[in-house]
Amino acid sequence: MKLITAIIREVQLDKVREALIKAEITRITVSRVSGHGQQRIEEMYRGRRIVPDLIPKIKIEIAVNEAFVDITVDTVLKSAKTNGVEGHVGDGKIFITPLEECIRIRTGERGGSAI
Amino acid sequence: MKLKRILLLFIFLFAALTGTYASDRTVIDTGATAWMLTSTALVLLMVPGLAMFYGGLVRSKNVLGTIMHSFVAMGIISVLWVAVGYAMSFGRNILGGIFGWDWKYFFLNGIDTNILDAGIPEYVFSMFQGKFAIITPALIAGAFAERVSFRAYCLFIAFWSLLVYNPLCHWVWAQDGFLFNLGARGAVDFAGGTVVHISAGVSGLVAAMFLGSRRGYPYQVIRPNNLVITMLGAGLLWVGWFGFNAGSSVSSGLSTAQALTATQIAAASGALSWIIIESFHQGKATALGFASGILAGLVAVTPAAGVVQPYGALILGVLASVLCYTAIQAKNKLGYDDSLDAFGIHGVGGITGALFLSFFIRKSWMEQASAASDGSWTIWNQLGVQSLAVLTAIAFSAVMTLVIIYLLDKFIKFKSSEKDEMAGLDRHIMVKEDTACLIPSNI
Repeated sequence: MKLITAIIREVQLDKVREALIKAEITRITVSRVSGHGQQRIEEMYRGRRIVPDLIPKIKIEIAVNEAFVDITVDTVLKSAKTNGVEGHVGDGKIFITPLEECIRIRTGERGGSAI
Repeated sequence: MKLKRILLLFIFLFAALTGTYASDRTVIDTGATAWMLTSTALVLLMVPGLAMFYGGLVRSKNVLGTIMHSFVAMGIISVLWVAVGYAMSFGRNILGGIFGWDWKYFFLNGIDTNILDAGIPEYVFSMFQGKFAIITPALIAGAFAERVSFRAYCLFIAFWSLLVYNPLCHWVWAQDGFLFNLGARGAVDFAGGTVVHISAGVSGLVAAMFLGSRRGYPYQVIRPNNLVITMLGAGLLWVGWFGFNAGSSVSSGLSTAQALTATQIAAASGALSWIIIESFHQGKATALGFASGILAGLVAVTPAAGVVQPYGALILGVLASVLCYTAIQAKNKLGYDDSLDAFGIHGVGGITGALFLSFFIRKSWMEQASAASDGSWTIWNQLGVQSLAVLTAIAFSAVMTLVIIYLLDKFIKFKSSEKDEMAGLDRHIMVKEDTACLIPSNI
């Protein structure tokens, strides 16, 4: 089992979700986060140019069985990228971490079948 | 001695130059003026009320953009109204009565010292009417919320105000407007059922259908971000509506009291019937339902406030809720995307009020109408007049809106780009995202 964590642009959330649903990956957790990476954006506030330290992003967490790791990653990669094949600085990152255990609270089921 | 004579000459000259104002000056009725000033402020209060009402109903990424739809109308329409709007609405018929014009209303330059027969300064009346001109295009924004380009919206409401609102306002409320003089005592539109609500609702529907749905509608669930704001907005609208309706008597007396009472009753009965219908139909009463009912009742009583008695207002409120609720159910089936139900509430509610008020007109009014028509004037006669006014408003605003949007869309894309729509309108209203969201957790 793996935990896939994707940090993406807020704008792309709809596209990524649609793509994931199409790929039959429906069990996801989404949160609004902010962070700092390579991207730099400028905003206007009362005519003054400011560069915020932290940029708002969306974090998607998906726990999957081994068989689904590749398709999940591919789907996110394709749908979260902006500007065609090239992509843009700020499109985000995907982290994959090993997942020790997964327990369904309702039944107490453990392991791959609980995902 | 010589100095005195020169001085006298000057005074004489001055009096001759400004001669008119000294001669036909009517006395100011301070009571009426005070109430009309209050009403003017109350109607303006409805605009931030509307901004909150709509702002709470959209997704958090669109809150500020949606609120700006209402606020920018205060800027654009106020300026247009002073420049030409008042002249087009309340000047004398020109071009066969399509709209009015009077050079002394151009930039309000000739009414500096004018006092109307009602005993209020003309400035007060023109500003009071100007607030109606502001809120009407702002109402339309509810139909295409969350998917319109801000720049195109600004241009749209400017043209809409000039080409739809001003002519309609002239027909219904100017002394020589053709709907004002239809039938025995004219088409009844006390405070803007046809001018404001039907025109805004129908135009909204046309615009919403022209633009197409929001991305993902209706498969993706689109939830309101903050109903607390919506409820506060509905409350402000209710309060402001006393200025809207009771102020439309342009006096401070009996008719003001009648309009105020009818307004209160219709809002309450509308709200109650909406949550009762909901309880039966969906098994629970909701806050949004109550707010929608308030609006449906208020919209329906708007044309009627001057002519119906309390029981009539009560029934109008109930009818409005029943029909608006049905209309919104139908919308869900038909699948067009009137985002915040501008047509469902304002269009349908306005039509309900304008037609059904015929059955509840107080006796004294009907007697005067009979006298004016040399004999009998029945409910059915009045219903005919009302229907004609309603149909005129529907046809005119639908056609003109289509023309305006069609032409505008050639020059500047009316619908926001897919990217902007996904990012939310707030991005374009120049403030950092998190300051825009009152509840930033909603995705």
